Amino acid sequence: MNARHPPGLLEGAFLILRKDLLIEWHTRARLNALLFFALATLLIFSFALGPDTKLLEQNAGGYLWLAILFASLMALGESFRVERENASLDGLRLLPVNPRAVFLGKALGNAAILFGLSLVLIPVMVGLFGVSLALGLGSLGLILVLGCLAISAPGTLYSAIASNGQARDVLLPLLLFPLIIPALLAAVKATSLVFQGDPMSQLNSWLLLLGGFNLTYWGLGVALFPQVIEE
Amino acid sequence: MDETPAASAPAIELRALSKRFGRHWALAGVDYTLARGDSLLLTGPNGSGKTTLLRLIATAISPSFGAIRVAGLDAVRDREELRRRTGLLSHSSFLYEDLTGEQNLVLAARLLGIPDAQNSARSLLERVGLDWRSGRPVRQFSAGMRKRAAIAKLLLKPPALVLALLDEPFGELDPSGIALMERLIAELLANGVAIVLATHMVDQGRALCRQRLHLQEGRVASP
Repeated sequence: MNARHPPGLLEGAFLILRKDLLIEWHTRARLNALLFFALATLLIFSFALGPDTKLLEQNAGGYLWLAILFASLMALGESFRVERENASLDGLRLLPVNPRAVFLGKALGNAAILFGLSLVLIPVMVGLFGVSLALGLGSLGLILVLGCLAISAPGTLYSAIASNGQARDVLLPLLLFPLIIPALLAAVKATSLVFQGDPMSQLNSWLLLLGGFNLTYWGLGVALFPQVIEE
Repeated sequence: MDETPAASAPAIELRALSKRFGRHWALAGVDYTLARGDSLLLTGPNGSGKTTLLRLIATAISPSFGAIRVAGLDAVRDREELRRRTGLLSHSSFLYEDLTGEQNLVLAARLLGIPDAQNSARSLLERVGLDWRSGRPVRQFSAGMRKRAAIAKLLLKPPALVLALLDEPFGELDPSGIALMERLIAELLANGVAIVLATHMVDQGRALCRQRLHLQEGRVASP
């Protein structure tokens, strides 16, 4: 046990990511609840608008991202609930683990869960709302990845902040929703272009906005997370 | 054991250490020095500030006023290095409920950079008498088993360890667990690790520790 080489930032992040995914695997009931919540959200939108298939198809991108955003609140809250139990996050801090590695690992884990959820929702969208993939699966996959990362970075940061408060379940959406609007707008617009076609070649602009949002908030998360998790 | 330039520095130096939660001062102006490798029994009634003091020294929380040095390392400036050299056995186990005992220890071992993390984790679980349940999620552990797993996690830290902070280490343990804890404390002391032991089992603590500090309403008092 003498020659110890503590992991660097990326290896530490990978260990935290692996730990979070392992916990999710052990508690699959929570993943199922997340999935059914997102599916129920899509169904409610579908029932609320009635049988107007044209309207459903036009707004399908918005419904998809709202379902992912609402489900993300559950996933993000859960991500820090497991850290509060037995003061596990204190355990990581005192080990010590680089807090930036903790942020990267947890944010990537949350993004992976949201991306997995979106992959299940897409076939449901195709069946329920009658959408077609005019620009192909590759473009949609890229939007889903960027959109999930864009929710996950500020979501993880704010979830860490909210987890210290008493009204944490209310605090997280209050903090996250106003901030996420540019990313949500870009993801919805880009997804709608994938469903309906892109005659004006607007897709790249929305992808650039999503990319810029990601760069900003992943950077902010890495920079600010150490202050957030210290007292 | 310790090869830092401050190898001769005391294990703990507290200067005017104070901690406020809201309007309540949990600790007020504590001064104390503990020599390297020495052992301190921390006593006091419930709410006297024992746990707060241990959490401050471990850097789990920050002081409102005053200074803490552990082995010459400043609790604010050198926080990361101090954490490497300090172990805290707390009321909270720091374990993930949905991971198994072994997975918890392997994770900690890998994050500490211990080569062959799996075998290190297994041997420590065996040492604390948990090998037969190491494949079960911590959620299914009894309070005593959680304490044993937390002890195993603490033992991952040597050889860098210079200070072990033990908050009610005998709590929830059965007689064999208490005997194990006493053996481990003796081993740590024999290896030059300073010990701070907070407990209401004063007689047991006195038998293990050379120094004593009594707290009353956040201040050092006569026992």
